[in-house]
Amino acid sequence: MKRLLRKDLLILGRSRLLVALLIVYPVAIALLIGLAISRSPSRPRVAIVDETPPGETVKVGSQRVSVSRYADELFNQVQSVPASSRAQAVAKLKSGDVIAAVVIPPNIAARLSSTIDRASLEVLYNGDALEQSLVQSSIDSAIAHANLGFSEQIQQAAARAIQALLQGGNSGILGAPENMIGLSQIPSSLQGIVARQPRGHARVELERIEAFASFAAQNLSLSKQVLSTISQPISVKSTLLHGRRTPLNTFAVVVAVNVSLMFVCVLLAAGGIALEREERTLGRLVRGLVSRETLLVEKGLLAAGCSFVVALAMLAGVGAFVALDWGRAGLWLLALAFGAVAFGALGVAIGALAREVRAASLLAFLLSLPLALLALVPGGSVSRGFYDAIGAVSFAFPFKASLQALDAAVNGASPTIGGSLVHLAGLAILFGALARAGLRRVE
Amino acid sequence: MSAVLSVSALAKRYGELEALHDVSFQVRAGELVAVIGPNGAGKTTLLSIIAGIQPPTAGTVSRSANEVGWAPQQPALYSKLSVAENLELFARLEKVAEPRAAVARMLEQTGLADRAREPVARLSGGNRQRVNVALGLIADPPVLALDEPSASLDPAQRGRLWEFVGGLARGGTAVVFSTHNVNEAQRFADRVLVLAEGHLLFDGAPVTLLRDAGESGGDDLERALVSFLETHAPTSKRGPA
Repeated sequence: MKRLLRKDLLILGRSRLLVALLIVYPVAIALLIGLAISRSPSRPRVAIVDETPPGETVKVGSQRVSVSRYADELFNQVQSVPASSRAQAVAKLKSGDVIAAVVIPPNIAARLSSTIDRASLEVLYNGDALEQSLVQSSIDSAIAHANLGFSEQIQQAAARAIQALLQGGNSGILGAPENMIGLSQIPSSLQGIVARQPRGHARVELERIEAFASFAAQNLSLSKQVLSTISQPISVKSTLLHGRRTPLNTFAVVVAVNVSLMFVCVLLAAGGIALEREERTLGRLVRGLVSRETLLVEKGLLAAGCSFVVALAMLAGVGAFVALDWGRAGLWLLALAFGAVAFGALGVAIGALAREVRAASLLAFLLSLPLALLALVPGGSVSRGFYDAIGAVSFAFPFKASLQALDAAVNGASPTIGGSLVHLAGLAILFGALARAGLRRVE
Repeated sequence: MSAVLSVSALAKRYGELEALHDVSFQVRAGELVAVIGPNGAGKTTLLSIIAGIQPPTAGTVSRSANEVGWAPQQPALYSKLSVAENLELFARLEKVAEPRAAVARMLEQTGLADRAREPVARLSGGNRQRVNVALGLIADPPVLALDEPSASLDPAQRGRLWEFVGGLARGGTAVVFSTHNVNEAQRFADRVLVLAEGHLLFDGAPVTLLRDAGESGGDDLERALVSFLETHAPTSKRGPA
């Protein structure tokens, strides 16, 4: 086996283009995947037409909230491109300068102040169905955020007005009297007056007023909490049932490294075994010089070793930029080693069945890419039946098990690493047996 | 002279297809034996069993695989490795006692010493075939099996190849080769084995085959073979090699 390994390393060293491709291609794919997963989508570029008159306000009780604050909230959620009119916004949309346009109508303040009509915005989209779907989703999200922020401001203004009514004093509210009595102070004041009143009709009337004032003060005090609840009716408390929470960026690292591990290993192993057929040296080797099993193990280990080095270098390199727990490096090595061996077995099986290098490479590529994509489909994003089918396919190939092992090793995510390693070992045996069957006939 | 290779009652089946049926013959040291016959006769199957590429369904070959040198029809070489690297790799895999000396000997024998460091990919078809044969000889086997060794060569390359193979036979190596070129068998072989549909129909010198074919064959072995197959082939599938 030592001589075969030396020979293969010599051949590999002389195939510089192949070596460059084997390194550059997975790294490029890995970086793309890493960027796609770890970078949040950039804020959509949206034209905003604010048709409200300058200084327009929404009246909340005795307080006023400037409508321009709503536009400010919206600007914060998108990459805003000012447009002076609807026509100009449409022109920007058609030219592709922006992906959507939002028109804030001039009557929005009146409608917000009204308790009858609902304020509405006009949103304009362009592009094909996919673009429309993506844009609509991000604009809806931006508008929802802006609505929430604006409603919080209105709620705060309303709460201040209620507070002034309850506490009294010098509220600073326009039109309010100096040293105004607060609703909460009225019951105690009235109790003193009632005590000094003789029994009779007037005292009964004062007692009823005092009871009302107490009731009103208590309920108005509660209304502040009610307002807060209305502005955000349901809050979310997240609980992870098992494992530990994996930061998206470190998961992206794991995905990127696993993709590299798979591509380098599967392509190299498949190409290596298919090359022996293509060069017609397989017959020479297996006629008593080397057993088929030794040949498969040698090719699998060579590919596993090379991919292990590439993946480890990548993990260490990325670790310089992303916070990884280096105390778990022993587990990284274990996960990478098991993953590499399983991918090596898959590669030699492909190579043994494909019989020539180009077919083996194509088959390895066509198989690996969908496997990676399927393994990343989150539960709940597709129908139950389809997800079960994806799960069955992912179970039969090493990508998902290797991803779980590496995620557990790097991030301490669940399921635990032990189960994934056993799964990978089982797959290595299965694909090894398949490769042996593929090499049964030499010519 | 005693036999260095004995093939006895050899049979090979691929499912329902009987590729070889009860084939027996012997080869002596220094003998050049040509295996001829129409397409699908079982020539490559016979040679690959002798070389240990595949096992027979029944019968025996007196030599183990590592005692038989093997050169397949298409050169089986690592094109990224040089001539010397190919030779040395197989010398070591064959566990030759002094691999570097064996490489030097084969380079000398094949006349490729000056191209030892050249990658095989850059060699002509003829030179590749010489390296291919040299790989079969690297362990100095007593028997060499060549499957269609001259099939992809031009006349000049063929001439050089047969000169080389003739030299091996004169040195005592028993050579069994298959060929479609019956004239080659007539010129270079000491004996011919005629196979048709897995049956060994003739085992003897080319002149004997000419004689057995009768007057219609004359001194043209190809015509004699056609004539012989027309009268001896086991089924209707009869024709020239």
